[in-house]
Amino acid sequence: MFSGWLRAGALSAAAVVASVGWAQARTDLVVGMQLEPPHLDPTSAAAGAIDSVLYSNVFEGLTRFMSDGSVVPGLAESWEISEDGTVYTFTLRSGVSFHDGTAMDAEDVKFSLDRARAEDSQNAQKALFADIDTVEVVDPQTVRVTLKQPNGSFLFNMAWGDAVIVAPESIDGIKQQPVGTGAFKFSNWVQGDRIEIVKNPDYWGEPAKLDRATFKFIADPTAAFAAVMAEDVHVFSGFPAPENLPQFEADPRFQVLVGSTEGETILGTNNKMPPFDNVKVREALAHAIDRQAIIDGAMFGYGTPIGTHFAPHNPDYVDLTGMSDYDPEKSKALLAEAGFPDGFTTTLKLPPPSYARRGGEIIAAQLREVGIQTEITNLEWPQWLEEVFRGKDFGLTIVSHTEPADINIYARPDYYFQYDNPAFQQLMTDLNNTTDPAGRSAILKQAQEMIAGDYVNGYLFQLAALSVANAKVMGLWANAPTQATDLTGVYWED
Amino acid sequence: MLRFALKRLMSLVVTLWVASLVIFLSLEVVPGDPAAFMLGLNAQEDTLAALRDELGLNKGPVERYTDWVGGMLVGDFGTSYTYRTPVSRMILDRVQVSLPLALYALTLSTLIAFPAGIWAAARRGKPTDIVVMGITQLGVAIPNFWFAMLMVLVFAINLRWFNAGGFAGWDAGFFPAMKSLTLPAIALALPQASILARVMRSSLLDTLNEDFIRTARAKGLSRRQALWRHALRNALIPVLTIIGLQFAFLLAGAIIIENVFFLPGLGRLVFQAISARDLIVVESVVMLLVFAVVLVNFLVDLAYAAVDPRLRGRR
Repeated sequence: MFSGWLRAGALSAAAVVASVGWAQARTDLVVGMQLEPPHLDPTSAAAGAIDSVLYSNVFEGLTRFMSDGSVVPGLAESWEISEDGTVYTFTLRSGVSFHDGTAMDAEDVKFSLDRARAEDSQNAQKALFADIDTVEVVDPQTVRVTLKQPNGSFLFNMAWGDAVIVAPESIDGIKQQPVGTGAFKFSNWVQGDRIEIVKNPDYWGEPAKLDRATFKFIADPTAAFAAVMAEDVHVFSGFPAPENLPQFEADPRFQVLVGSTEGETILGTNNKMPPFDNVKVREALAHAIDRQAIIDGAMFGYGTPIGTHFAPHNPDYVDLTGMSDYDPEKSKALLAEAGFPDGFTTTLKLPPPSYARRGGEIIAAQLREVGIQTEITNLEWPQWLEEVFRGKDFGLTIVSHTEPADINIYARPDYYFQYDNPAFQQLMTDLNNTTDPAGRSAILKQAQEMIAGDYVNGYLFQLAALSVANAKVMGLWANAPTQATDLTGVYWED
Repeated sequence: MLRFALKRLMSLVVTLWVASLVIFLSLEVVPGDPAAFMLGLNAQEDTLAALRDELGLNKGPVERYTDWVGGMLVGDFGTSYTYRTPVSRMILDRVQVSLPLALYALTLSTLIAFPAGIWAAARRGKPTDIVVMGITQLGVAIPNFWFAMLMVLVFAINLRWFNAGGFAGWDAGFFPAMKSLTLPAIALALPQASILARVMRSSLLDTLNEDFIRTARAKGLSRRQALWRHALRNALIPVLTIIGLQFAFLLAGAIIIENVFFLPGLGRLVFQAISARDLIVVESVVMLLVFAVVLVNFLVDLAYAAVDPRLRGRR
């Protein structure tokens, strides 16, 4: 009798142990994405895929983006800005080390910033560092950055993946063996297939909840669908087949995350090429476009209409879609006024993404309604860069500008759409010289209105961030304020 | 035999040299700057110049051609523009997937095609023949990527017997690696087996009409004995040709199947490299594939000579 009890007790204890074992959540994760990074140095290539794997997971900067796009302290614990806005004194966190065991200190910060702005720098966003005059090491925990002129975006700029802190000791091998300070360490890269990262046990901040994560590269949309359906991958960030999302939404095994990105998708217009040098023609173009039809037709309903080059989730956004509402009659009238009662013919050059290829067909049909004929050419990215972006040999193109807060590109007269307006350029100079938030907000609003009123480009929609994940995976970013798949807070629900 | 082999070898070298010229020149005229692609929309002129300089893109075409060919002769395929790793290592990684996949598919296709073709020929006009011909007709007509997706739907998504794609890697062991190549190999083998079975059948039937078979039959061999003893070996020449062509195709042409199953093979490497204008990778991989095709043809030629002694004398 007694021994029976004992045995029962032992059994139930075993059962408790077993159930604890069962309840232990998984600590591995497979993330699917379309594009593979060319190499693993975020500070010397534009490829968003590099940041998608490494940003905040492996590499960190002085500041960092959060999921809502806000900028918070990263490796810099705090900073002081001088009265005139030109001297930033950063206090670094203590006890931070790189994955190879060396300490991260002020020398590394100086090295990283100097390397990015050096003469032979290969940083794809060198302009972020252009205002830096000197970087001085005050003591191992303190760095003083002096700017040539005030730059209200400086802390924002330092949050980019292109501004992460790297070490001189590991820089030579960084393209294959990235060594950063993040919550995950790089482990292995099977080129063409996957990249593996593992938890960094010595992380300075809150440790990662996952022990390991694998990024798997699946370019083909059909294959991506199959991989998620077969549960080979647990998360697919940037899911390439929006037409399949309703199927995942209906399946209790999965969750669909729809967030916002920094991608303003525009009908890029060559402002120097006749007839687009006439603002009336550009305005006619704007009224000929039915944004919702493009979002529904090309993006299966995912996307937010925009009326200017600014992200709708940004607090400074002004909804100007009313200035360019869909009105074919008005468009025809404007064309007649501009001297094209019978319309004209122009080129529409489309890069590979589906927003451009599918959207291009729809826009061509809409323009035909008002008499504008387009000759569509499909281009690969390298060709697009050469012909459209550098050669400026195009009438119209469709492209999504995914860099965050990039309205300042309208201040570059040699930029591919060639908008040359001194008033706007002055506005951007003023913006840089303004550090108080209210003043910046007012300038940004004015800038949005100015480019909307000049109908520089056709403003179409904000690209949606679409991800599919296993229903039990928690802590994923829905939004994509920068190209990142931040796994530091991701965990499996029990 | 030796003279024959030497002659073939000479033509092999000339073919390779011409191929290297054609590959280099055709990629020279493709528009697109690898440096601009890598650095994106916000790149500054000085940054682009620095990168071009590092990649050696500022050199003249003649110098780049001689660098490339000279390097290849000593086994140096150059360094990838985008990945910045030696091209030879990248190719070696990918060949570990593509070559086994091609061999696997070829083995499957031969194992299916030989019995099917011989069986159909032996029973010409009978229901067996009609069924085999019907199935192979279907096998030729069905696009392999569609068949691949169908298999993924059934065996990966519904039955969960296989992964939807990806390669387990040889580190994971022989069987897991082969398992991850199984669905792709079947998808690749199906149309190849169908073609091969049809060629096998018609070639056998042709041979069966030859005089020497009639003689053999007259000497008292049954139809089946005559087929196995005399016809089969003589019917193999066109079949070998097709197998040689198929192997070359499987090695280089599996790109669509590699995409459907997201396998890190040579086809996808070329595809990625072309879209990134990683010309040195494209050049070297294409050159390697040309080399493989030419080499396979050379071996097939030698095999002809081994199968059919008449061919040795003729050339």
